[in-house]
Amino acid sequence: MPGIKDATAVVGIGQTPFAKQLPESEKALACRAILTALDDAGIAPAEVDGLASYTMEETDEVEVAKAVGLGDLTFFSKVGYGGGGSCATVAHLAAAVATGQATVGVAWRSRKRGSGPRPWKNTAVQLPTPAQWTRPFGLLRPADEIGMLARRYMHEYGATRDHLFNVALACRNRANQNPAAMMYERPLTREMYMTSRWISEPLCLFDNCLETDGALACVIVSAERARDCRQRPVYVHSAAQGLPAQHHGMVNYWNDDPLTGPAWTAARHLWKHADFTPEDVDVAQIYDAFTPLIPLSLEGYGFCGRGEGAAFTEGGALEIGGRLPVNTGGGGLSEAYVHGFNLINEGVKQLRGTSTAQVPGAATCLVTAGEGVPTSALLLRS
Amino acid sequence: MAEIAEMAEVAEAAETAEVNESLLSPVLDDDGAPFWQYAARGELRVQACADCGGLRFPPRPCCPHCHSFADEWRRMSGRGRIWSYVVPHPPLLPAYAAQAPYNAIVVELADAPHIRLVGNLVSGPDEPLDSVPPERIRIGARVQAVFTELNGVTVPRWVLERA
Repeated sequence: MPGIKDATAVVGIGQTPFAKQLPESEKALACRAILTALDDAGIAPAEVDGLASYTMEETDEVEVAKAVGLGDLTFFSKVGYGGGGSCATVAHLAAAVATGQATVGVAWRSRKRGSGPRPWKNTAVQLPTPAQWTRPFGLLRPADEIGMLARRYMHEYGATRDHLFNVALACRNRANQNPAAMMYERPLTREMYMTSRWISEPLCLFDNCLETDGALACVIVSAERARDCRQRPVYVHSAAQGLPAQHHGMVNYWNDDPLTGPAWTAARHLWKHADFTPEDVDVAQIYDAFTPLIPLSLEGYGFCGRGEGAAFTEGGALEIGGRLPVNTGGGGLSEAYVHGFNLINEGVKQLRGTSTAQVPGAATCLVTAGEGVPTSALLLRS
Repeated sequence: MAEIAEMAEVAEAAETAEVNESLLSPVLDDDGAPFWQYAARGELRVQACADCGGLRFPPRPCCPHCHSFADEWRRMSGRGRIWSYVVPHPPLLPAYAAQAPYNAIVVELADAPHIRLVGNLVSGPDEPLDSVPPERIRIGARVQAVFTELNGVTVPRWVLERA
């Protein structure tokens, strides 16, 4: 079976500014990101025949397609689970292009989470199963749900707040190099971290991602077509989704091993179809809605053993020059929180050699989607 | 001016009402309803497969092991240990913010350690969510289920075995 290995490439990326509040609608921001990505690729909107986006999305295919003047669409898909779907949008397009269902695919994310409402405040949509088992008891927000797993992780493996700080600091340091990042001019110190206000103990303010208005998009075509595009192709080497048996989403308290999340499932499939291993990854963009997701993902994707994710962050391992530089644009913690799409585009920038925090000679990049919910991941290579 | 004062008064009353807004009650569904019905009798029961006997939580229509649709609700002792906990701080929904910082805990049941329930550690059945100081909470601490009423639905709460 031929599969999708290196059959497609990301040839265009686009983004809007990132801010706490942008005046334009999500739809307008989506259109801007998509047109920028197509222009980056040198492909006309009328050539687009495939789309992929998220279900938690207010800009649907019909609205986007008619606004930016796309051609006749023959493939369109939406992936659920918020930030867990980010890499899957690219994966779906890669599969569609590789199997002839589409020739030019666009994936995008537009979100006004900086100025718009907080999803967890909508109790009407949140309360049915499994929320009846959690929310009446004040486990209201994603930070509370992940905080519960984080506390158990710290208890079982001796992880400390300093480990979580290592994650927050690495992301902030990269954001300080990235003029497009919301935290570009805002350095972080250990003292700031340790004295910041709690959100849900053991998680403090700096363990939580930003709240951002903004949009991003990317363009996927066949490897053959990619050679004729304006930019250096970044190949989709391997892609996977992951929904483990007996998984329960962010409230994953009801199976034998709650700390083995969807990352482990996605990783098994990802590596099975790859020509290289975790040791060969030059740079990683790891979904960071909350700092504990990084050590959990480091374990899941095989960069270290079970329970070693926190210790892995020591000694500047996540910084440029470290064992595994991560989230080189600043990530969801310090660049922008747009359900992980900025991690995809940053992976592309690294492999083009155009990141604001470039890892010298980076040729392979892991990009992951939200851990703790049904997830997805990509291995990109130049 | 009087009109403005009156408007301010109305706004203040609305704000107070918001703070006093009650905590969220469970929204029952077909699978979970028996849990809450037994809780109303002061019984902690967990769904079990009537064929292979396996316990499962949260409740669901059929057994993921043997695929039987026959179930029964097995009574638990109500004893357990704290598996993990968080202490949420605002921003929160108003009724929860009013009691913050409070605790939310996950309890693993002594009768079936792989069955875990989310709840709150309190000093007594009808005490507020912040009635136990966070520094007294430890993973592994032994707890016992008690019951309280939340807007017409009886829910379990947890007290320390050795208070």
